[in-house]
Amino acid sequence: MLLHGFLPSLLEGAAVTMGVALSSLLVAAVLGLAGALAKLSPSRVAQALAAIYTTLIRGVPDLVLMLLVFYGGQIGINTLAPMLGHEDYIDIDPFIAGVLTIGFIFGAYLTEAFRGAFLSVPPGQREAGLAYGMSPRQVLWRITLPQMLRHALPGLSNNWLVLIKSTAIVSVIGLSDVMTRGQQAAGTTREPFNFYLAVALIYLVFTSLSELAFSWANKRLAIGAKEAKL
Amino acid sequence: MNFDAIVENLPKYVDGLGVTLKLLALSLSCGLLLAVPLAVVRTISRGIASRLVWVYTYVFRGTPMLVQLFLCYYGLAQFDAVRDSVAWPWLSSATFCAWLTFTLNTAAYTTEIIAGSIRALPAGEIEAAKALGMGRGLMLRRVVLPAALRRALPAYGNEAIFMLHGTSLASVVTLLDLTGAAREVNSTYYLPFEAFITAGAFYFVLTLSLVGLFRWAENRWLKPMMSR
Repeated sequence: MLLHGFLPSLLEGAAVTMGVALSSLLVAAVLGLAGALAKLSPSRVAQALAAIYTTLIRGVPDLVLMLLVFYGGQIGINTLAPMLGHEDYIDIDPFIAGVLTIGFIFGAYLTEAFRGAFLSVPPGQREAGLAYGMSPRQVLWRITLPQMLRHALPGLSNNWLVLIKSTAIVSVIGLSDVMTRGQQAAGTTREPFNFYLAVALIYLVFTSLSELAFSWANKRLAIGAKEAKL
Repeated sequence: MNFDAIVENLPKYVDGLGVTLKLLALSLSCGLLLAVPLAVVRTISRGIASRLVWVYTYVFRGTPMLVQLFLCYYGLAQFDAVRDSVAWPWLSSATFCAWLTFTLNTAAYTTEIIAGSIRALPAGEIEAAKALGMGRGLMLRRVVLPAALRRALPAYGNEAIFMLHGTSLASVVTLLDLTGAAREVNSTYYLPFEAFITAGAFYFVLTLSLVGLFRWAENRWLKPMMSR
């Protein structure tokens, strides 16, 4: 067989990659939402914090941040833990380090995407909700958030496609993702080209399926939206 | 925090900065040179050529640059024909593979950016050129490309920043760029915070400089043609 029986291993790795990507997306979406709300809030402090977050993160490569979190976090945790009465040496799990770093990075990009999307919801919608006696929280959950999602979709899909590809760098900190599995198989069989090509194809399948899913979601969420024909 | 070791090793970072800048400048310029004709083919041709360009950009934009780099640097060595060929001295060099991968990768993204801005050109500009009796080549040279390249500036600025961050992958194939220097300092002194924060600070300043450069370029070339 072409892949010398390494296909199941590659597929397991692909599942890990998908796990990292989806978990990171979740972290990023939460951070992005918080960041966008902070940027749009009247509080100067919240605005400044969100501005620092998005500017700093977007100015540094993801690989450098990942190495900082993985190696730096290791030292940080093992300096802090004894102070809290924990004696054993703690190893940072590369999965957690990877998800937190990628989530943290894409949270900054999603902040910008969500901020723009919030601004595209006509202010009359929010005002109408308030006029009905809804609390600001109810207005957010029932009125602004569902409508903002449609405007956020293009930004979300672009960032998701970049995010999936970014997960490849978790292999550098030793997580057993599809890239690491490919490296192992390439080393064992001495057929690096075949295995890296297989890994590339797996990523291509992921990105192609994602694009299909997003174009479907785009149609779903646009139901009832007016479209001007030129 | 102990920055003494970092100060001592500052020359390493400066060397790394040089490698990063060299890789960035070479791959961005060669990528742009490759992308302009490809974007024209992609938009003007209706036949197989346009489809081939699409396949190229689709594959390069759909896979991680790290995988592409490994395919070039480790993958090609699998074939005896490659190892016996005259290109082997180049293909076995990490610097050459990094440059080749980064160039092909950024060319794919840039092709789509420029093709997008060619398609978005106001129909009136092209009709005016046709009405003046310009041929296709002349029209491309004098009307379509100058207008499309200016309009592509904001998106191309983002791509340039992504490439700057992407060059950090060179450290994975043993090159001593900024990230590579930080990794070496970390493994020698075991000072991850100091080592990577220093590299991060260098990248941050580089990013801000690129943002400033592209803002200047937009003011110079894009703003004057925008309607006021």
